[in-house]
Amino acid sequence: MSGYLIRRLIAMPFLILGIITITFFLSRVTKGDPLTAIISEQQMSNPEVVAAAKQRWGLDLSLPEQYLVYMGKLLTGDLGTSFTTKRPVLQDLLERLPATLELVIAAMVIGTVLGIALGVLAAYYRNSWIDHGSRLFALVGSSLPVFWSGLSLLFILSVQLGWLPGPGRLDARLQPPPMITGMISLDTLLAGDLTAFVDALHHLILPAFVLGWTVTGTISRLVRANMLEVLNQEYVLTARAKGAGELRVLLHHALRNTLIPTLTVIGHSFAYLITGAVLTETIFAWPGMGSYAVEAARALDYPAIIGVTVVGGVTFLVTNLLTDIAYMFANPRIRLS
Amino acid sequence: MILKHQDKSLLSVRNLTVGFHVGGVTLDAVRGIDLDVARGEVLGVVGESGSGKSVAMLACLGLVPRTARVAGSVRFQGQELVGMPQSDMRKLRGSRIGMIFQDPLSSLNPVLTIGAQIVEAIRLHQPGISRKQASDRAVELLDLVAVPEPDRRVTQYPHEFSGGMRQRAMIAMAVANDPDLLIADEPTTALDVTVQAQVLDVLKSLRDRLGLGIVLITHDLGVVAGNVDRVAVIYSGRVVEAAEVGALFRDPRHPYTRGLLSSIPKLDEKRERLFSIEGTPPPLGRRPPGCAYHPRCTYARGVCATDDPALRVAGESLSACHFADCLEEIPVHQALAGAEIAEVRQ
Ligand SMILES: Nc1ncnc2c1ncn2[C@@H]1O[C@H](COP(=O)(O)OP(=O)(O)OP(=O)(O)O)[C@@H](O)[C@H]1O
Ligand code: SF4
Ligand SMILES: [Mg+2]
Repeated sequence: MSGYLIRRLIAMPFLILGIITITFFLSRVTKGDPLTAIISEQQMSNPEVVAAAKQRWGLDLSLPEQYLVYMGKLLTGDLGTSFTTKRPVLQDLLERLPATLELVIAAMVIGTVLGIALGVLAAYYRNSWIDHGSRLFALVGSSLPVFWSGLSLLFILSVQLGWLPGPGRLDARLQPPPMITGMISLDTLLAGDLTAFVDALHHLILPAFVLGWTVTGTISRLVRANMLEVLNQEYVLTARAKGAGELRVLLHHALRNTLIPTLTVIGHSFAYLITGAVLTETIFAWPGMGSYAVEAARALDYPAIIGVTVVGGVTFLVTNLLTDIAYMFANPRIRLS
Repeated sequence: MILKHQDKSLLSVRNLTVGFHVGGVTLDAVRGIDLDVARGEVLGVVGESGSGKSVAMLACLGLVPRTARVAGSVRFQGQELVGMPQSDMRKLRGSRIGMIFQDPLSSLNPVLTIGAQIVEAIRLHQPGISRKQASDRAVELLDLVAVPEPDRRVTQYPHEFSGGMRQRAMIAMAVANDPDLLIADEPTTALDVTVQAQVLDVLKSLRDRLGLGIVLITHDLGVVAGNVDRVAVIYSGRVVEAAEVGALFRDPRHPYTRGLLSSIPKLDEKRERLFSIEGTPPPLGRRPPGCAYHPRCTYARGVCATDDPALRVAGESLSACHFADCLEEIPVHQALAGAEIAEVRQ
């Protein structure tokens, strides 16, 4: 097992290199002119300005040359400078990463808790209305596009009912907390500003739910299937024969035995959520990496596009690796052998 | 025949019936059985696979599925268990009544250590006990059931135990709260012969030391000999014969018991072909009318296909056979050969 993990670790740099290379060339073959993001429209007709800008941003070189230059800088940790913001991409990303993490973690918590709870209930009350209801809920969540569910819920809960605030992370009238982690909900709490904390949670809950809802289905179906199998096991009978109550039987004995496969799915959903964050952030005006990626793609801002992809890809690979390590530790039979 | 509850019994089962809803009909897996277990006594419950042994005992503990229909009466220390609320039942399970199962590997939770599982059993019923005290007690219990190096063993997982050791751990867990009754459902079936004997010895020594009443479920009359005090033979959801163990072996009063007895392998006889009763027990939905055993019975006559015999006294036994009193006209060993029996019947 550890041999397998070591092989995965060795493979990782190559995978990342592959991701970068593919993104690099894919973004360059796209139709469109990145210069429009760099210089203003009037200046586009001035050949001198255009030539100077091309040289300044390295766009006068051939594609392979550009690639080598980019890779060379990457080795020193330089992700290049954004055409649009004119700032180092790394700095842009670091600023936006916390917002995305905040959203994705909250979505993960909601998705996991809902998914596990629905899966357990559906298995325990199989073929009842609870089972059918949870299946429908999961199906809707994983098949509705995020922009559709996001916009409708935003319309109903915020515009019609006024229960939740509109897009954004914090009410404009509130003082943003001093930046510590970059996650507003956490920073307001650390600053001891309860009003802002509650407001931040109010802003977070809907985008996190909409995003988390997309993975509840996968998790709840898997938990249900595994629970059904585990509930038929003799050790569940043993637990009841010991005098354990139903809740204890379900959570301590049965659910625990389904956690290992569930853990894998949860880890892989996390990676999936990072991708799903792009649309959610755009709808909810969430200033994270997802909306950054959308802006970058619109402007053909090559360095920004590749930067987002690298960070996203690395996060994806690292989460999957961590998932497999956790899997190893959670399973006594594997851990000990 | 419905007997009155016996007051001195630890467990007294009367007319217990358990039915399952299958495809719109209710099929009875257990059809009105009576059993008694006294303190310090081992009752053997014997029957082929599917005869309803497990279902009957699980129903006593309220462990059959919620949809099952349970009727009759189960008194444990004078308390009625049928219809008892689950919350009260839970207090008895694992504290006053322990239960162990056939396959000790699948009956132990694979992701919890042996120690954690014993500690859980203790703390479920004695919440006042600290984790430390409970885990010391777990070590003592493993020692009690003769698990070597108990203080090292408690921290191990079930898959690190051998079959026999697992079953000992199961027993330790079942007796963790000094129960009065232990129900052992085929505790040795999944084990090697030598290990079987050791596990049975552990059970008997617990009976002697703790004064436990034990119900030993088995499909092997060989396990019964030398290990139990009384026997109830079950066929197709009914007790067909009940007797003190000596009497049962000496003078069996039911053809089914006779069949089971002659299928025990004997060490002193070098018989080539081992006898086994022809055919299989009827499935729940296709139980024949009259005596349920008649399609397989070498003694059967016309009446057997129409009238279901009641359990009644015959010799030293209770037997549910129309011919319980005249079976000895045909010696047991002759009952082995179908052709001879056919002659006797003509
Ligand atoms: N939940 C259930 N639903 C429907 N039928 C059931 C259920 N549980 C048991 N049965 C049926 O009840 C009958 C008795 O089963 P039981 O498990 O008591 O047999 P057993 O005597 O313990 O046999 P074995 O030696 O195989 O353990 C069987 O025909 C079985 O199929
Ligand atoms: S009643 Fe008839 S069929 Fe049943 S056991 Fe007796 S002889 Fe056999
Ligand atoms: Mg059984």
